[in-house]
Amino acid sequence: MLEFFFGYLSLVIIIFSLLVVLSKNAIHSVLYMLVMFFHVAGIYLLLQAEFLAAVQIIVYAGAILVLFLFAIMLLNLREELSAEQLTDGWPASLAVVAGLLLTLMLSLGGFTTTFNGSWSPEKIKEITFTKALGQALYTGYILPFEVASIILLVAIVGAIVLAKRRLN
Amino acid sequence: MFEFLIRPGSFDLFLNIGIIILKIAVVIGVVMLHVAYATYFERKVIGHIQVRMGPMEVGPHGILQPIADMLKLFFKEDIIPEKADKPVFYFAPIISLMAALSSLAVIPFFDGFVIADINIGLLFILALSSLGSYGLILSGWSSDSKYSFLGGLRSSAQVISYEIAMGMSLVGVMIMAGSLNLTEIVKAQAAYPTGMYAIPQFLGFFVFIIAAIAETNRSPFDLPECESELVAGYFVEYSGMRFALFYAAEYIGMIIMGSLAVTCFLGGWTIPAFITAVLPFLKYVPGIVWFALKLYVIIFFYYWIRATLPRYRYDQLMAIGWKVLIPLSLLNIVITGIIKIMVD
Repeated sequence: MLEFFFGYLSLVIIIFSLLVVLSKNAIHSVLYMLVMFFHVAGIYLLLQAEFLAAVQIIVYAGAILVLFLFAIMLLNLREELSAEQLTDGWPASLAVVAGLLLTLMLSLGGFTTTFNGSWSPEKIKEITFTKALGQALYTGYILPFEVASIILLVAIVGAIVLAKRRLN
Repeated sequence: MFEFLIRPGSFDLFLNIGIIILKIAVVIGVVMLHVAYATYFERKVIGHIQVRMGPMEVGPHGILQPIADMLKLFFKEDIIPEKADKPVFYFAPIISLMAALSSLAVIPFFDGFVIADINIGLLFILALSSLGSYGLILSGWSSDSKYSFLGGLRSSAQVISYEIAMGMSLVGVMIMAGSLNLTEIVKAQAAYPTGMYAIPQFLGFFVFIIAAIAETNRSPFDLPECESELVAGYFVEYSGMRFALFYAAEYIGMIIMGSLAVTCFLGGWTIPAFITAVLPFLKYVPGIVWFALKLYVIIFFYYWIRATLPRYRYDQLMAIGWKVLIPLSLLNIVITGIIKIMVD
């Protein structure tokens, strides 16, 4: 049953990721990406990470993708792009992607299903995922967590500075 | 060929699926009926506030008006604009309605009655309410009309802004209850001295109620559909059944936000212990009655606000969201956190 769901989710993710890139209508691309985000959330659910699944939808589908839509609508890209091909360098990209795929395939054998550290799957299941994530983030990983938030703050300040400069 | 049905394990599975489908049918049926009569209730309330009678023609005191409206919308011609983006135009109302209906799955209407008792019920509702905004934006874009396009743009900006305030106003409740499961939150409130979180969390409750009005695009924050500037906003090109889907989604959204306020701030299906101590017979009133009563108080409040306040200007709306509600909800989180640490 789990394998079936995983197969379905990954198949849809692959198909819709391709559609995002191949679609010539920018709004349709965003919609394909929305479907893809929901299936990524499904993968998180399969891994018992329900908090990540919900946050995936709230942050990516609910905020970031809506901003994408907003930007596309303001640019008024209603007309489909008529160019046959968007970039010339596609053989090089294809070679890089094929190389990455090959590396992934070769490294698959190295994956094991054990875990490191004190958070065993049974323990996480017992205290529920959200609580486990909170405890891990705010005790063992507090420094990386704070650094990440400062980086985000810098990005926000930077965006405001750039916007203000244009106003003046 | 049906041996698997007789085996005990699989029979249980089928029984469970059957019970879940039955629960879904009951919830959708009851909520749809409430949606139909919420429109009647709204017209009556606003009518009386404005010293009119409201609908009076169909049935005694217009009681059959929603059914007449439903039949009319059902048989109306379905008009699709020539230049509309057809697939997106078809999907937009369905996205809105599905997002609203799915949220009903995690709401505990009374003790033990919830379709899906999941650990992250609160986040699930927030996630689906952000999905619902896609219906608005996409319908506005796909209709190829400047009025609906402006309505769609306004709603996208509005929903993003108020979602933040709404999500953060609920964090105080999460901290106090120590859970994201709505049933657990109600039980934690019943065990709390005041019986409802609206009293210690008055700041969060205030922010939540205002943000919920903006989330459901209701007056005075109904800029995405304000009829005097945008005709009807994002759904101006929709007609017949597709228009009815948007209409239903808006009212279900109101019921969802009301239910969320009831479960997170007003004690859900329970009543405070100090009331039952004085009036012990109230204990025998079933929980669903309390839930519906509290829900209708909230919904009446929505109508009251709509009939009383004029519409905000767009920059005022954004200023309230970003400069008042979000700082207030952050302050609420800090205060709740400090008190929680000191009490523990």
